Parts: sequence; structure tokens; C-alpha cells
Amino acid sequence: MRDVPHKARSAAMRKARGSELLVSIVRDKYLYFMLIPFVLYYAIFYYMPFQGLRLAFMDYKPFLGMAGSKWVGFDNFAEFFNGPYFTRIIRNTLLISLYNMIFSFPVPIILAILFNELRNRKFRVFVQTISYMPHFISTVVIAGLVVNFLSPSTGIVNILLEKMGFDSVYFLTKPEYFRIIFVIQGIWATAGFSSIIYFSSLMSIDSSQYEAAMIDGAGRFKQILHVTLPGLLPTIGIMLLLGIGNIMNIGYEMIILLYQPITYETADVVGSFVYRLGIQNADYSMSTAVGLFNGIISLVLVLTANRISKKISEVSIM
Amino acid sequence: MNRTKGEKIFGWFNIILMLMIMLVTLYPLYYVVIASFSDPVAVSTGKVTILPSGFALDSFNKVVHMENLWKSYGNTVFYSVAGTIISLALTILGAYPLSKKRLKGRKLITFFVLVTMWFSAGMMPTYQNFQNLGLLDTRIGVLLCFAIDSFNVILLRTFFENVPDSMEESAKVDGANDWTILTRIYLPLSVPALATITMYYFVGRWNSYFWSMLLLKDQDLVPLQVLLKKLIVEVSYNVNEAVDMSASVMTEQTIVYATIVIAVLPMLILYPFIQKFFVKGIMVGAIKG
Repeated sequence: MRDVPHKARSAAMRKARGSELLVSIVRDKYLYFMLIPFVLYYAIFYYMPFQGLRLAFMDYKPFLGMAGSKWVGFDNFAEFFNGPYFTRIIRNTLLISLYNMIFSFPVPIILAILFNELRNRKFRVFVQTISYMPHFISTVVIAGLVVNFLSPSTGIVNILLEKMGFDSVYFLTKPEYFRIIFVIQGIWATAGFSSIIYFSSLMSIDSSQYEAAMIDGAGRFKQILHVTLPGLLPTIGIMLLLGIGNIMNIGYEMIILLYQPITYETADVVGSFVYRLGIQNADYSMSTAVGLFNGIISLVLVLTANRISKKISEVSIM
Repeated sequence: MNRTKGEKIFGWFNIILMLMIMLVTLYPLYYVVIASFSDPVAVSTGKVTILPSGFALDSFNKVVHMENLWKSYGNTVFYSVAGTIISLALTILGAYPLSKKRLKGRKLITFFVLVTMWFSAGMMPTYQNFQNLGLLDTRIGVLLCFAIDSFNVILLRTFFENVPDSMEESAKVDGANDWTILTRIYLPLSVPALATITMYYFVGRWNSYFWSMLLLKDQDLVPLQVLLKKLIVEVSYNVNEAVDMSASVMTEQTIVYATIVIAVLPMLILYPFIQKFFVKGIMVGAIKG
């Protein structure tokens, strides 16, 4: 082998590696056949749309088509940043996310701890099962419940308010109520189901830790404080980071069912704005630009959250 | 076990709290049900809060005779069943090869699958893609729209990875190819995971409205949720704008509630049976980290 010139040797190795690849492809040919529809699906439905991101840098006119429309560089972005809606939708998006963090985020954690404190297993499983139920009800139906219950003339909420001597309020036309309505429906719809992840990590806490705490004379409260909560901390941390990664992604599918022009001031978020621009106003270019801007911010947030998560807990959320 | 007085009080307090949580969760649904078959005038004057008042099936009678409602119901059944089959097939065909560590190119493909969980082209490019493919206003468009959920691919791939390699090796010795190994060994072993994924896809399809709304203009093709948006969300806004308390507005309200009952009934019947699969899926996801 020593006599073989260097070049020829590496060529031989490359050849060997090449044929090794060929052998493995032939060996796994069925696996590759299986992958064909799967890969095609991702290519056509997830990756082909990316070429449409061109729209963000064009002044797209549907009747001119992609080829006939003008390129405008970053004009759409500049227009968006300087436009009247930029601050409004960013503010609303961040505020609703903040409200969610403060009001919605702790609820499933508290629920999981309280479930865990129930002595009667059958009762516990029953309550848990009931609490998951709203998760199976569609966005449209939940929106229907909200809209009808809050109706000023025939809704149960206003009927009860009037009975108690208050004036009826058309809540969904009052900008000041929108965010809190949105957050409350969100808690009702998701808290029970979200408690599962915390409850399952409670279950994995070593019972010897509780025994040790008991021997040290810790009562139930101290056990919650010194065993349960620390045991939950990694999960809470991961969920918090996931939440931060999703700050820019508010459930706009619900928003567009609940908001009205009169409440856009407090209700319009990035997602609903993208929808209104693109689908209702057929402003493809502007809508794509705003969506792209939001997508990049979200990606940066997620990647940062993931990096932090890896560093502190050695658990990757990806 | 010895419990201090404080702990006992807390125990009772907790049970009361749980009962309240159940009440808050169930009352909206309970109210819809009792209102739907109560006397419309009683409902809109606030006589119905805890118990139904009067007994009128008029609202249901009207709903049952809404032809478009049943058409959209049929569409939803079709989209949910056919769509779930397509989704499941595609997910299996992806997850199985990607679970094989020996497969060349596995990492690259997995990377492309993962990317879609964090970054997508966005609403308009995706919409335009469907337009370019000629899939607007077609059933096949709805079926293919977000047919694969990357999260489910990863879930199933992880499950397949945990099947011991010796199963595959011994089948290979017996001359089985990858296709038979998948269908004869892996799929039967993965029934719990497959059931979970099936439920995810099915419930997701049944309850989704957004992309069907975007893709379909033809009212004969729309699924239930898209029609419901018109019947229970938008109608109510119109009702709200009409300040007069005419009889028609009052009946309208109970019709809306009856429509909601008919729309959520199948899911509420199925839910006790399918919820455990969801719980299991969350647990698997949680262990994966």
C-alpha cells in the first residue's frame, strides 16, 4: 500500500465509499420507495410555498401574475414599519401573550398540583377527564358560545347582569374587554388538557423523596413546597421557554371569529392582520411581507429559547 | 396516616374547588343543551339558568330540516375519515424509514421535517401554492391540506425506534423484506401509538375550519365547521345588531343553541373513549422531551 501514490489511494477510497453508498441504497430500496410519497408531500406542500416568499419583495398584482409584477425590494417592509398598523398589531400581540403568561400559564400547573393532592383516585380521574373535555370542542363552537353568551339582548351573561341590577353590556364591541375575554376563553378551552404534561411529570417524582420529607416532619404543604414544586421546575421551565418561543403566534383563528372592526384597536394581532390583508383585501405582497417578518422573529425566538433550554436543563425542546 | 387539622381542611377545600372546576367546565355546555329545547321566550327573558323551562322541540325541528347543515355534516365525515387515512398512510411511510439508523440521508430528511415545525412559508404563499396547483375549491385540496403533521411523524418515529432491532433481524433471516417487516411486525406492535396518531388527525380534521374556509368557495363542499361559523358566530352578530326583541330574534337564539348541540354531539359521545389516547400521546411527547 505504501507504494500507491496518495491521489490514487484516496480515489480508491472514494470509489469504495461510492459503492458502499450504492450497496446501502440497493439494500434499503424498499425503505426509499416508502419515502417517495412522504418526501414528495413535504416538497410540494411545505417547501414549494417558500418560492412564494418572493411576493414579499414585489408589488404583486394578480392580473399581471408573478412574471408581470414589479420587484420593489424592501418597500413592503418599509411601508409596514412606517404604517399605522405596525405598532397596533405588535402591541396587541405582545400584550395578549403577556396576559397569557400571567393568567393562563399558571392555571394548568396549579390544576396538576391540586389533582395530585386528591386522595380518592376515582374522583381524581373523573375530574381530570371532565377538565380535558373543552379540548375536544372546536374553535368555531367555542367562539359561538362566547358570542352567544355575551349577546346584549339574549345572552345568558347579560341576562344575569340585568337580574342583578346592572346594565347589559355588549362586551364584544367594547375594545377594553376583548383581551380579557380572549384570555378567559383560552383558559376554559386549554387549562385542563395542558395540566396533563405537568401531572405526568408529577407522577415521575420519586416517592422516596416524599417519604424522606415526611420523616423530616414535613406536612402536605411543606411537601408541595419542597418536593412537588422543585420536581415540576424543569417542566415549567421548558413550557415557559416554549411559550416565549411562541410569543408572536397568538391563536388568530379564534381572534378572527371574535373580533369586529370596532375592536380591532385591541384585538388585531399579527396573524389576523396577515389574514385580513391577504385573504380579504387580496394584498398578497404586503400580507406575505408581514408574515415573513413575523416568521423570522418567531424563528429567532424559538432558536434562542431552545439554546437557553439546552444550556440550563440539558433538555432540548426541539 | 396522620393528618393535621390544616391538611384536613385543605383536603375538603380541594374537593370543593374541584367541584367548582367541573361546574365551570360543564355549565356552558349544560346551558346550551337546556336552552336548546326550552321555550325560546323563556330563554331570552332569562327564565332558563339552572333548569329548562317549557319543552319545545321547534328549534331542533328547524335545525334538522336545514339541508345545507346535513350536507356539510356529510362533507365533514368524508374529510375526516378519508383525510385521516391519507394522513396516517403518509405518516407511517415517513416515520418507518426515518426510524432506521442505517438509512443514508435519514438525518437530512429528518432535518427538513423538523424545520416545518418552526418555520413555514406563511399564509399567502401557502394559499398561492394551492392556487397554482389548481386545488382551490376541490375536495382533494382539503384532504391534502396539512395532511402530515411533523409532530406526529416524530412521535411515531420515536415509537418505531424503540422496537428492538432483533425483531427485524430475525425476520430478515427468514427472508422478509422491509415492506413485510413494516406491515407484519412493526404496525401490529405499534397499535397504541397508531391509535393516538389516528385520534390526533381525526379530531384535528373534524374541528378545523380555517384552511377549509380559505380553500373552498363552493358552499356544496364546505365542512361543518365552516358552515357553523356562519350559523352560530356570524348570525349572532347580526342578531346582536338588531336591538329589537322581536320573536324572530328570540327563536333565532334557541336555533343557534340547537345547532351547537347537534354539531358537538358526536365529539362529546366519542370523547370519553378517545381522550385516553390523547393523554398517552402527551405523555410520550413529554418523555421524549
